Amino acid sequence: MAVMTYREALNEALREEMERDPDVFLMGEEVAEYDGAYKVSKGLLEEFGEQRIVDSPISELGFTGLGVGAAMAGLRPVIEFMTFNFAFLAIDQVINSAAKMYYMSEGQFPMPIVFRGPTGAALQLSAQHSQACETYYSHAPGCKVVTPGTPADAKGLLKAAIRDNDPVAFMEGESLYNFKGEVPDDDDFVIPLGVADLKHEGGDVSLITHGKMIHVALQAAQKLEKDGIHADVLDLRTIRPLDMDAILESVKKTNRAVYLEEGWPYAGTGAQIVSMIQEEAFDDLDAPIIRVTQADVPMPYAKNLEMLAKPSANHVIEAVNKVLYR
Amino acid sequence: MPETKTKAKKSSRKKSDALAEHGISDELALELMRDMLLYRRFEEKAEEGYAIGKIGGFCHLHIGQEAGAAGSIKPLRDDDYVMSAYREHTQALAKGVHPNAVMAELYGRKDGSSGGKGGSMHIFDADCRFMGGHGIVGGQVPLATGIAWKIKYRGEETVSLVFMGDAAVNQGGFHEALNMAAVWNLPAIYVVENNEYGMGTAFSRVSRTDMSTKAVPYGIPSHTVDGQDVLACYAFFRDLADKVRHGAGPQFVDLQTYRFRGHSMSDPVSGTYRSVEEVLQAKEERDPIALLRDTLMEAGVLDQETLEEMDAEARQVSLDAADFAEASPPPGPEALYANVWAEINPNGRLFFDRRPESEEAS
Ligand SMILES: Cc1ncc(C[n+]2csc(CCOP(=O)(O)OP(=O)(O)O)c2C)c(N)n1
Ligand SMILES: [Mg+2]
Repeated sequence: MAVMTYREALNEALREEMERDPDVFLMGEEVAEYDGAYKVSKGLLEEFGEQRIVDSPISELGFTGLGVGAAMAGLRPVIEFMTFNFAFLAIDQVINSAAKMYYMSEGQFPMPIVFRGPTGAALQLSAQHSQACETYYSHAPGCKVVTPGTPADAKGLLKAAIRDNDPVAFMEGESLYNFKGEVPDDDDFVIPLGVADLKHEGGDVSLITHGKMIHVALQAAQKLEKDGIHADVLDLRTIRPLDMDAILESVKKTNRAVYLEEGWPYAGTGAQIVSMIQEEAFDDLDAPIIRVTQADVPMPYAKNLEMLAKPSANHVIEAVNKVLYR
Repeated sequence: MPETKTKAKKSSRKKSDALAEHGISDELALELMRDMLLYRRFEEKAEEGYAIGKIGGFCHLHIGQEAGAAGSIKPLRDDDYVMSAYREHTQALAKGVHPNAVMAELYGRKDGSSGGKGGSMHIFDADCRFMGGHGIVGGQVPLATGIAWKIKYRGEETVSLVFMGDAAVNQGGFHEALNMAAVWNLPAIYVVENNEYGMGTAFSRVSRTDMSTKAVPYGIPSHTVDGQDVLACYAFFRDLADKVRHGAGPQFVDLQTYRFRGHSMSDPVSGTYRSVEEVLQAKEERDPIALLRDTLMEAGVLDQETLEEMDAEARQVSLDAADFAEASPPPGPEALYANVWAEINPNGRLFFDRRPESEEAS
């Protein structure tokens, strides 16, 4: 195992997939000469040239649509959003073009394209730069959604996403890029989409989450251990496809669940998961499922307010206490 | 049937010179006539199908604009790409999609070009490199730019030609796409089918500047072409495609035309935004089929009898297409969940309205 940052893991995945398939190219703002706004594409311009590592104008709708058209014609684009906050300008092309093309052409145009970049809040970037965007994409049939929380997952899942023949929204975390972790040394380390990962095992309660929130859940789980409460921390890793088997397995074991996510509560990912658990494992539940989310407000700037708005380990512990009736 | 029976007003230019001027052979000119007659009769058949409830939803006819389809697509190679908006039936025919497949798609049948799942606005044919059929005004412009990107990426000698309506040039995506095409010198031809209106909004009411200026800020050459004159169109696009395929970079074409029908089937021909007189005058003076007919008759290339034979054939093909569509079954219920995903991952759920057991049926 090599220890590397999340950023380096993504960089390796891109490099390996570009070496493997000449149809893969990376396009986005600042990805080439600047090495990427978050340096994810560092060194790739030198290695692959400007035809394959492409600095775009600030035209999210335009270059996203360009990528979708290139995918229609047989290439495998990786479109980088500086952050997904800016991808709202492009969501028409993701949903109306990419996600629907295969269906409305009755299978004539597969859409092997990855849209990637950070989602959610970093630190004090305030309302327009701090939004978790998963649900906008997971809502649409035809679009897969991947949210790696560790370097190993980042590498293995990005490689799988690039090889997948459907559009994939690949959502990273600004605050994760420097996060270090072990990554297997395999020549070709790929993690299949649709497989959740039990990041911490315990039998008392299921903490189900995705993306960078796994770290908040793990923090909560560690604190709970001291209290003698053992939590499963189940990292979904991909939201669509969704590893419902793993969710049910954990819930059937613990009979209690908390869903933690970075985004807003209304029609959030947790709402979907809760609905499915109650439908498919109602008799296994000993308590209502509780969701922990961002406060239902735009992200404020002031440090103290931002802290209040973000879901924290303490929020998770409170929720766990509720579902355990403690 | 004014296209085959009435003489349009004589223009001052000597018509018999037109073929030589454009370097178009008699045979090719007759073929263009045949094509346009098919487009006209096909659309009339669709109109009929709509009236009797065989075709639903939005249905936008190309009647009056046929020269743009024949004149710009016919000079292209089979491996060139064509993409369009939702007024695209005849363009699909021009690119080689079978009339039966187009009509069956309008009817929402299994043998339609998209298996009945796209409808009038989403005709696709990968083999013919007809890239759709797109319903978001201007949405296809970045897509076609991406196709041009692929052509350049792979070093191919094809072009990506995309149609849009006049209203599409006010979309941001149009401007973003043209800028990128210019910066990267992509082999893209942007064709505005300028029929003067976006639904009921005259172009002059939503733009201070003329159509010919729209690509200028990006350094893209702009061309204005009479979209009712199929010979002029053909010659123009033949030469233009040749240049673009050899590195001339993106081009912008203001193809001036006029729509003889309402915006869609639910819209009357004239209505509040344009007068009956305006439409009648355009039909009288700017019918692309009548214009070609007069030119060819005066040049002695076409006689009444041949014209009527061609027309009968066009009607027959359209009738056959309607019969084919009628005979084709609607898509079966199994089609509902088919082709949502190109890759069903072995792990995890992709569909959320059904349990895993039933998911396997897809
Ligand atoms: C983004 C978007 N906005 C609005 C519409 C509704 N709409 C459909 S066609 C149309 C007018 C387009 O006119 P134009 O581009 O000139 O094409 P034409 O219909 O004349 O061929 C409008 C507003 C749409 N389909 N997409
Ligand atoms: Mg128009």
